[in-house]
Amino acid sequence: MIEFSEVTKSYSVGTHALRGVSMQIEDGEFAFLVGPSGSGKSTIIKLITGELKPTSGTVHVNGYSLERIRKREIPYLRRTVGVVFQDFRLIDTKTVYENVAFAMRAIGAREGEIRDRVPYILELVGLENKSRRHPTELSGGEQQRLAIARALVNNPSTIIADEPTGNLDPARSLEIMSLLQEINNLGTTMLVVTHERDLVERFGKRVIAINEGLVVHDGMDGYYRV
Amino acid sequence: MKVTNLGYLMKEGIRGIFLHGFMSFAAVLVTVACLVIVGGFSALVYNVNIMVEDLNKTNEILAYVDSDLTDAEARSIGTRINQLPNVFKAEFKTRDVALQEFVADHQNDPAFGGLVPDDLRHRYVIVLEDNELMHETVEKIEALGGIAKVNAAFEMAEGFITLQNVLHIASITVIAVLLVVSLLIISNTVKLAMYDRKDEISIMKMVGATNGFIRLPFVVEGFVLGMLGAMIAFFILWAMYNLLVNRLAEVDTLKLFSFVPFVQLLKPMVATFAGAGLFVGVVGSWTSIRKFMDV
Ligand SMILES: Nc1ncnc2c1ncn2[C@@H]1O[C@H](COP(=O)(O)OP(=O)(O)OP(=O)(O)O)[C@@H](O)[C@H]1O
Ligand SMILES: [Mg+2]
Repeated sequence: MIEFSEVTKSYSVGTHALRGVSMQIEDGEFAFLVGPSGSGKSTIIKLITGELKPTSGTVHVNGYSLERIRKREIPYLRRTVGVVFQDFRLIDTKTVYENVAFAMRAIGAREGEIRDRVPYILELVGLENKSRRHPTELSGGEQQRLAIARALVNNPSTIIADEPTGNLDPARSLEIMSLLQEINNLGTTMLVVTHERDLVERFGKRVIAINEGLVVHDGMDGYYRV
Repeated sequence: MKVTNLGYLMKEGIRGIFLHGFMSFAAVLVTVACLVIVGGFSALVYNVNIMVEDLNKTNEILAYVDSDLTDAEARSIGTRINQLPNVFKAEFKTRDVALQEFVADHQNDPAFGGLVPDDLRHRYVIVLEDNELMHETVEKIEALGGIAKVNAAFEMAEGFITLQNVLHIASITVIAVLLVVSLLIISNTVKLAMYDRKDEISIMKMVGATNGFIRLPFVVEGFVLGMLGAMIAFFILWAMYNLLVNRLAEVDTLKLFSFVPFVQLLKPMVATFAGAGLFVGVVGSWTSIRKFMDV
């Protein structure tokens, strides 16, 4: 569960990125986070992953209190939250398989577990036939799938995707969104940051809209105005 | 940490060494150079110490007894000499024994053929505990009644003591400086390795790798570099030492210098080198990672 309560965040230079955000995302929910550029979406994600601390207010994520989390607890928080970045952040020198396996090795998984789990995840995202390729040999949509596979492989309870369809054509975007929905159907909480109004309306999920650091809309109708 | 991961972490660490071939090579080279110099210095200091200690024992002071004294009186001074502080031992040597030795030393010299015991004096052969206090002790011996003259090799003792002190200070300085240099170089190598893999590190952090886990391959890398350097340095020093000792033995027919065989230095050397390699490698990588991880 993700719970923001009266959260403000000011960067040291005095930018008030968040000015009192309260919201709650239940386990297993699917929610879109929308808002214009600079409204504070990435700041919210960084607060969820422990990259930033709130200036005031409280942030609870999967049992951790982020406003007072200890440094050495952060890795364990992050194992519960898989993040998919718009710029993918794949390792070009590793194969598709190794990119996914790398995330498992990083948290000390055994080779046997890795051999079982990676092919399963690659199949789930539809990359089972590309496991020996390198990221540079994949299309944008495939790279995005790989990034999703990596976020998913350690079985986090929550997945956060920051602009997962930013670089894709509408057909690929729809595919990726459908994949995220499928993963959500398997029980993973899903928070998707996006600019694509068409997609949001099409999926008819919960929409949290923020503007200038405040929640301006929160509804289940798949519709929003900012 | 699970044992099965150890192999993976080792592999990652060793992979890093080859990824940064040149820097690794430089790091090992500098470590080798530093340790050879450090080791060479230590070996030299060790030998000089032994030589000075030997010298302490051979650098005897001769205290000639006043020839007016009777034999009994002459012998009785020995107790008083032995009671002086800093006197290790004082042995009485009669003029007859002294003459025998003298004659034995100058057998082929007709100039000394006619010597009789009365030409010489009874004497004490004195060995000091600490030759640094030679002056004070000699003054005290001279102050005792019945001693006519004291012969002591002051310059020799002082020269060696100075040499010993200079070597001590120099070697400590050199060792400290070289260790710091090795540390910096290894730390830099590891920093470079980390910089090269900053994307991998950020992904590892993102998926929840603990700092310790991220660090380990780099510590392995530093450890292997340090140990490799120590090992190479050890064998180079071994070879150099034996070469030097053998050469010296050929030239130094008078046996002025006595170097202990390397085998005698083996254990402390191995321990020191392993320790230095470990220290330089692990501390070097650890410190560089600390800075890196906080970013
Ligand atoms: N490190 C930083 N230092 C100072 N100000 C920052 C920093 N990061 C973000 N900001 C500011 O905080 C505000 C919110 O930024 P944030 O990145 O959360 O926006 P966003 O909603 O993700 O925008 P976009 O859609 O363009 O990614 C912006 O005004 C931005 O300039
Ligand atoms: Mg953003």
